[in-house]
Amino acid sequence: MNGHLPLYAQVINLLAAMLLLLSFAMLAQRRILSLINLFMAQGMVLFASTVVVAAATGQHHLYWSALLTLVLKVMLLPWILHRLIRRLNVKWDVETLINIPTTMMIGLVLVIFSFNLALPISALAGTITRSTLGVALAAVMLAFLMMITRSKAVPQVIGFLAMENGLFFAATSATYGMPMVVELGIALDVLVGMVILGVFFFQIREQFDSLDIRHLEQLKED
Amino acid sequence: MEFLLVLGFPLAGGLVLAATGHWKRAAEINSAFSLLTLLAAALLTLRVIEHGPQLLFDEEIFIDPLNVFLVALTAFVGFTTSLFSRPYMRIEHDHGRLSSRRLRLYHSMFQMFSFTMLLALTTNNMGILWVSMEAATLTTVLLVSLYRTPASLEAAWKYFILCGVGIAQALFGTILLYFAAEKVLGGGSGALLWTHLDAVKGQLEPTVLSLAFVFLLVGYGTKVGLVPLHNWLPDAHAEGPTPVSAVLSGLLLNVALYAVVRCKVLADGALHSNLPGMLMMGFGLLSVVVAAFFLSRQKDVKRLFGYSSIEHMGIITFAFGMGGPVASFAGLLHMTVHSLTKSAIFFAVGHAAQKCGSQAIDDIRGLIKLSPTVGWGLMLGALAILGMPPSGVFASEFLILTTAMKEQPWATPILLIALGVAFAAIFGKVQPMVFGEPTAKRLPHKPAMLPVFIHLGLVLMLGLWIPPYLAEWYRQAAKLIG
Repeated sequence: MNGHLPLYAQVINLLAAMLLLLSFAMLAQRRILSLINLFMAQGMVLFASTVVVAAATGQHHLYWSALLTLVLKVMLLPWILHRLIRRLNVKWDVETLINIPTTMMIGLVLVIFSFNLALPISALAGTITRSTLGVALAAVMLAFLMMITRSKAVPQVIGFLAMENGLFFAATSATYGMPMVVELGIALDVLVGMVILGVFFFQIREQFDSLDIRHLEQLKED
Repeated sequence: MEFLLVLGFPLAGGLVLAATGHWKRAAEINSAFSLLTLLAAALLTLRVIEHGPQLLFDEEIFIDPLNVFLVALTAFVGFTTSLFSRPYMRIEHDHGRLSSRRLRLYHSMFQMFSFTMLLALTTNNMGILWVSMEAATLTTVLLVSLYRTPASLEAAWKYFILCGVGIAQALFGTILLYFAAEKVLGGGSGALLWTHLDAVKGQLEPTVLSLAFVFLLVGYGTKVGLVPLHNWLPDAHAEGPTPVSAVLSGLLLNVALYAVVRCKVLADGALHSNLPGMLMMGFGLLSVVVAAFFLSRQKDVKRLFGYSSIEHMGIITFAFGMGGPVASFAGLLHMTVHSLTKSAIFFAVGHAAQKCGSQAIDDIRGLIKLSPTVGWGLMLGALAILGMPPSGVFASEFLILTTAMKEQPWATPILLIALGVAFAAIFGKVQPMVFGEPTAKRLPHKPAMLPVFIHLGLVLMLGLWIPPYLAEWYRQAAKLIG
């Protein structure tokens, strides 16, 4: 079937590859500002792929969810994050708990695992985007890995948001997007969550003079 | 109509209290809104008793025997908790632990939390169910960190991250569910309506559904507090204000488990195998055993009862996993009595901790001499939760154990040992707290013990006599769960 894919499908596959690449870039990135920019780039890719899927399939509600992605993930969330780190005056580089080459190796294993897991489902899907479901799952897993390996609060949150990006991509590629009410609800949750976290960062900083979550390891079973 | 009120009152309450929550009378306003919600829920319940299951608003809302009693229970415990929180939060305020601004946040979020839970219970849309479960996490994060101490911030952060990741798994499960449904029902929001899914569950693709169920179980299971996804639960219970611990334990865990059960019904229908049941039994048993053995190591009284909640959620999950009319009936009964008893215990524990100025078990001594009502409340509550007859917990645990002997004999000794260990641990710790030598001072306000005794009275009643319509709902819901 290779070589005979319609143009739309090729573009979508290209975008999916970019999404995966960006996930790996985030995993390897040490600087916090670059991390936010990468997150924004991921939002752009997501927006582009949603528009392409919408154009290819004539699913009009996808244009709306593309718009939602553009506003929320390319504009609003990066803006909030930039503002937050400026207000909090965080300049430090991101520290990782496991060194980066090891993290990348684990990431590779996760990608293989995700493709295997997605294989039987992709086979059932009738959508033109079915081959990208594995990528979506891999993006979720890589974001999850990023949350585990980072020791500071802001990168963890970016990991959390990247995970949501992966899920959104999964919804677009497996089913041409969730019903609109649900997507609106999810977007609302993400936004409210971000605002609450912003408040929360200030509380943590006020209390510990730092956003290093290694301070948050006092509650243990003894 | 009644239904709109059930959701409208807490939502309005949240908005009104966002503006007025720092007033002197805010606690009364809070109770008033909770009372109105309870009355609306009672009207809705009457309507369901008279006319049977209701499908409202373009089928977006579905009220059947499985959720109507949970709606009533949620509204009821929400109301009694608001009664308890009035003197409790006032004492915290007088001790200088909370400013008026934080009280405003507390009151507003308390109502919003009720709203999200009631929405999660009544919605027919699996996507909205996810959205409201996530919203329930968000509203409680700031409640857990209300005191802004290092420990409470840590607990809230853990709660947010763990439940956030967990619930993201549930979203992936929901996407897979939609994916399977779309093939049968076509696109659009009809394909996520539970009633539609239930009607065609036999035709849903089994491979997709089994994967979806695993993701949904892990996702919502994180919020139920199933081992090994339970880490947030004891911390959040110990560090948040006590009324929040009471509603987390008594209500939120139930709502999350309700979501799991709804998913199980669909997975069962599609799979024609016992995979969902086996998974739930496994998670349930693991939770019971691990929690029981952690109980004896606890030094903080609220952590102690947090672990006890994990144990009981494990028992209920096991019962639903086992399935069959008797086990599911017992699971539903256990859900009801656990939430009543556990919130009553948290009320008593809250006042005890205020009297002694500490949550450490070693610092709480001789409650019976300091304040007989608090002492007896805690003692009776502990005995009830440990399953002493004639409390309702005894009835449900007895049913679950006897069914397990017949259906899954291998699990019975494990359950019995865990229950025994839990009994020894909790009783051994509560006994000196109630009957030891007193160490504490008087409270500036009268403790609110009425809710405790109302709850315990209801638990006693459910142990001896279950109202016929309630039994009928349990039976119908049990038939649905299978």
